[in-house]
Amino acid sequence: MAVMNLVQAVNSAIDEKLADDENVLVFGEDVGRNGGVFRATDGLQDKYGEKRVFDTPLAESSIIGAGVGMAMNGLRPICEIQFSGFIYPAFNQIISHVSRMRYRSRGTRTASMVIRAPYGGGIRALESHSESAEAIYGHVPGLKVVIPSTPYDAKGLLISAIEDDDPVLFLEPKKIYRAIKQDVPEKLYRIKIGKASVLQEGEQLTLIAYGAMIKPSQQAIQMAKKEGYSIELIDLRTIFPLDKETVIASVKKTGRMVVVHEAPRSFGVGAELMALANEDAFLYLEAPPTRVTGADTIVPLPKGEDLYFPDAERIFDAIRKTIKF
Amino acid sequence: MKVIEKEKVQIFDAFNPFQGQRLKIMNPDGEIINDQWMPDITENRIIEAYKNMLYARIVDLKAVSFQRQGRLYTLPSNFGQEAAAVGSAMAIRRDDWLVPAYRELGAWLTHGLTALDYFLYVGGSEEGCRFGDDVKMAPFSVPISSQLTHAAGLGHAVNYKNGKEVVLTYFGDGGTSEGDFHESMNWAAVFGCPVIFFCNNNGYAISLPRDKQSKVEMLAQKAIGYGMPGIQVDGNDFFAVYKATSEAAAYARSGNGPVMIEAVTYRRGAHTTSDDPGRYRPGEEEKEWESRDPLLRFRAYLEKRELWNQEKEDKFSEQSKKDIDNQFAEYEARGNTPLEDIFSYMYKDMPDLLKHQMIELQSFQSRRKDE
Repeated sequence: MAVMNLVQAVNSAIDEKLADDENVLVFGEDVGRNGGVFRATDGLQDKYGEKRVFDTPLAESSIIGAGVGMAMNGLRPICEIQFSGFIYPAFNQIISHVSRMRYRSRGTRTASMVIRAPYGGGIRALESHSESAEAIYGHVPGLKVVIPSTPYDAKGLLISAIEDDDPVLFLEPKKIYRAIKQDVPEKLYRIKIGKASVLQEGEQLTLIAYGAMIKPSQQAIQMAKKEGYSIELIDLRTIFPLDKETVIASVKKTGRMVVVHEAPRSFGVGAELMALANEDAFLYLEAPPTRVTGADTIVPLPKGEDLYFPDAERIFDAIRKTIKF
Repeated sequence: MKVIEKEKVQIFDAFNPFQGQRLKIMNPDGEIINDQWMPDITENRIIEAYKNMLYARIVDLKAVSFQRQGRLYTLPSNFGQEAAAVGSAMAIRRDDWLVPAYRELGAWLTHGLTALDYFLYVGGSEEGCRFGDDVKMAPFSVPISSQLTHAAGLGHAVNYKNGKEVVLTYFGDGGTSEGDFHESMNWAAVFGCPVIFFCNNNGYAISLPRDKQSKVEMLAQKAIGYGMPGIQVDGNDFFAVYKATSEAAAYARSGNGPVMIEAVTYRRGAHTTSDDPGRYRPGEEEKEWESRDPLLRFRAYLEKRELWNQEKEDKFSEQSKKDIDNQFAEYEARGNTPLEDIFSYMYKDMPDLLKHQMIELQSFQSRRKDE
């Protein structure tokens, strides 16, 4: 065991897989000599050499497209996109190739690769550095979309993602890269993709969050506890494929659901979870499921940030309203 | 067939695209006009090349005709570009990678795809890209030039594994305007990937003529900007295409990095079966290119050397037609895609969410059948 924060856990997962499998390569902008702008690949080029950990030209479409070619030729590429807001030049590759390779070749070609990208807001960043676009990728058939919220989960999920025979978009909540420290095994271990985690059991309401929204959700639960409410907290961990079983079992038990995400509200993960509750737990509902989310607006620059992102008070307000409905 | 001594001069220096020269070996009358660059190729291989081109043309013309009868869906014909397709694909080995766009039928057939595979694909089934273990191809790629990044990555992996394969990838004149063309050429050059970027400059990107696509005099000049050799060849001249691609393959295989080849050819057919070239292309131009057809000149070359004649032509055409018709019959016997197959190939292991959707759809379809 070693005490690690989330970005160190990401580094450790990549380190272990580089040591474990010579087909694993890591590349992207500034990931080699500089060790990544967030230091997610710090020290790995020195340890494994420039053939396995390397800097690419500043061109995102080729970072992911070359990854597709490498995967077709038997390698397991880990592509880093420096910020999720810069992924769009590669959007065509993700939609037209990464997600479709297995299907269109009837399984004779695959794009087993990981696309890592720091995502989300709350770090007082420049424009295009704060977005949460997970719902877009959740809507693309053929991808898996994973978002960890703790160092322990980050390492176990990333190792599973690298070993997965299908492409995984691994979105890292950069706001909490260094916010949490945890005991993390130094060796390889795996956490199943597609499985949510019940962080706290409760009786009256199911609160569902992921990534950087776990912490304010936990704070809101403390506030609710003071008023005598018992809240169940689910960390979704995987956006697609959604763990419907865990979500529905919880909602059937509590009869109430609040979903929290930073991303804009419409057509989001919250909308999908509410649809699932409606389809599969309708007769168990005591109150309308609801959402605490970013607005359907552009993410504001730092001076507007605190108004925009869900915080503990907003989440608590939604919990109280839903229970008192 | 006289044996040509391997030339000392690097072909890429001799045909530097900024000097405005195009590699031509055989003229439209089937005469060898540039003996110096004649490839080192046996008579048997030359006859095989002609047969490959003729076979591809028969598949192509039959496919268009089946499409007209409503027995295939929209398809992009390779008619008129057979020398570029077959000449390039014959210059690589079967264990080399071929990364197609969507208009290189002759190349695919040369590299191991069957007419049945092609009929399946343009007949609306993903089964057309269920590659056998011996077919080193990527699936057809419709979004323009997006496949070039895969070629760079495949080549990157070859280098990583200390392999000796090369990657041959195709795109059109329009494809050189895409961002992925730039990113792929740059990546392959920076990392020294063994990739042959083969541009089928067939004059038009659907309706947009070549001179409105780019201001450069020769598309091959673009290669120089990425630090790789570029060469323009007569794309309707089998020998020029074969020679340039062989040289490019040898160059890439020896660890020198990528090469770009621009084959100047002409799309004698429509962009796809849904397109009407009469809206944007003068008839006189089409006539002019008919006389430069790659099969006509190749046949003239062979007949002059008594390697081919009308009897052989008829015999081979008859055999091919029979063979292609048999494969078409097999395609038609396959029927529609089973419902399970829509779900089975999304992920290695089907997620529960998809299983539920599949069962829901299956149950509805069987209820509908019962009613």
